[in-house]
Amino acid sequence: MTTPATDRRTAPDAAGSDGLRLDDVTLTLGDGDTAVTALDHVGLHVAPGEFVAVVGPSGSGKSSLLAVAGGLQRPTSGTVHIAGAELTALPDRERTAARRRHIGFVFQQSNLLASLTVREQLLLPLHIDGRLDAAARARADELVEAVGLTHRAGSRPHQLSGGERQRAGLARALMTSPAVLLVDEPTSALDRVRSAEAVRLIAEQTHERGTATVMVTHDTAIMDAADRVHEMVDGRLS
Amino acid sequence: MFLALRDLRFARGRFTLMGAVVALIAVLGVLLSGLASGLADAGISGLRALPVTHLAFDEKATSEQFSRSTVEEKDWRAWSEAPGVERAEPFGNTLANAQVTQGSRKGEQVNLAVFGMAPGSLAPAPSEGEGLKEGGSGIVITREIADLGVRIGDVLTADKSEVPLKVVGLVDETVSYGHIGVAYTDLDTWRHLHYGLPGDLPEAAGRQATAVALTLEPGADIAAVEKATGTRADTREATFDASPGYAAESSTMALIKGFLYAISALVVGAFFTVWTVQRKAEIALLKALGAPTGYILRDALAQVVAVLVGATALGTAVGLALGSAMIGKAPFSLSAPAIATSSGLLIVLGTVGAVVAVRRITAVDPLTALGATR
Repeated sequence: MTTPATDRRTAPDAAGSDGLRLDDVTLTLGDGDTAVTALDHVGLHVAPGEFVAVVGPSGSGKSSLLAVAGGLQRPTSGTVHIAGAELTALPDRERTAARRRHIGFVFQQSNLLASLTVREQLLLPLHIDGRLDAAARARADELVEAVGLTHRAGSRPHQLSGGERQRAGLARALMTSPAVLLVDEPTSALDRVRSAEAVRLIAEQTHERGTATVMVTHDTAIMDAADRVHEMVDGRLS
Repeated sequence: MFLALRDLRFARGRFTLMGAVVALIAVLGVLLSGLASGLADAGISGLRALPVTHLAFDEKATSEQFSRSTVEEKDWRAWSEAPGVERAEPFGNTLANAQVTQGSRKGEQVNLAVFGMAPGSLAPAPSEGEGLKEGGSGIVITREIADLGVRIGDVLTADKSEVPLKVVGLVDETVSYGHIGVAYTDLDTWRHLHYGLPGDLPEAAGRQATAVALTLEPGADIAAVEKATGTRADTREATFDASPGYAAESSTMALIKGFLYAISALVVGAFFTVWTVQRKAEIALLKALGAPTGYILRDALAQVVAVLVGATALGTAVGLALGSAMIGKAPFSLSAPAIATSSGLLIVLGTVGAVVAVRRITAVDPLTALGATR
């Protein structure tokens, strides 16, 4: 077992780390007769800079995969390693800290906070972590530009289009230089052209910044941008 | 406060409405405090101004002691010789009607709360004119009587006893008893007014007063002298309830204020409950982003306190402006400690109400931030 990677000074950089590794992960929800196996002995390794897509129908366990990989939920059995540290061994408080420092989430329909401008959405994760400084502001500007939202930096979510919101969500997830990027149905609110653009941007950022990226989707049209595609059926990963 | 401040700005319509409710309650709080202080001043400021620690009444007078109690000279002598008693003096209290018979307001009817006492003892030093003298039938009036146009040098004539009362001095402060301005006089004059008798008083009446005004050493054991004299000593503050109408007035004000604070806490609690429920998705998102629950709670409470402090400050300012305009037209006085207590309680109880509401933050599951596709 490795030391919990909660201190960012001792935590390995995203690049050159071990990425994301799930070993023999099983997640059972509910108990007794109503128990459902959401994840069934899942093993998955995503290297830094690698973009993996997981496709499958609704209810196949895709979101459970993200919940467990992102430390939102403890698996019933099996282990999750992020950047070489065993996430599943951490107590709750440190798991929350690991989420804050080493994991980037891109949620469905982006999930931005209504009262914040695009730039403030990006600054929030660093404010939560108590390191909102000049470097953070510079990084926010750099990321806003990288996702092509410089002209929208001062806009609030209700002023943005679906594609712009998704890009803002991606930029926010990248603010903390996470080792792992987890993307949940990024194209559910977008048309075909915008979907392709959004996924291309995720792929580009993954390769450029060396994150171990997992995207779950039921949209098979956007799989081309991924380096590797897994299919998920009834909690089993192929 | 990163998110709290931006939410305040973004949802300013809702927060303004909420703040307006708190501000109006604060206005009402200031006005009620002012009214309560004003009523207290009108009711018992005369007693509060007495330089004593206790008053001893006839033990048979258990309520409205000031009109029912009579003590004798031997009582105040016994008290003054008892251990632990620094000073013991006769104190007379009665309400009287008089008419201005000499002065610019000739013919004006004046109500007097007459405090009888030995010259140079219990009465405050006059700000104008002279103090009391023995045997002169002089009175020292207070502001409320002066406001009727009575001046130093005027002569008032009491009803029934027809004792002429020469105004010799003025204490320029609101000193009242039972909503009537206090007039200080010597004991002999007080007895004429109290018994309503002209001419010489009967022998026995000349040795009586309402109560024994006491200055006791802290922790003095007075049980023996109480028993020997058939009197019971109350602290000065405890005698306030014996003043006409005071207990009923102050308990009514306390009841209204209590309800006001309870309503305020509930309104604030209800608002922040709805607000927190509305924010559930955002709270789940914050938790998923790795925000500790403490961070979100601190942010939410900072927002609560900012709204409460801002609205209360505004309401208190408006209340003070309205209150200043009421002084003189109603029994109203602005006392800084009372207003600070009222505003402080509003903030504290509002925060308590909101704490109950924002506690739901702890129960939000970050998992719900992941889409509906699970």
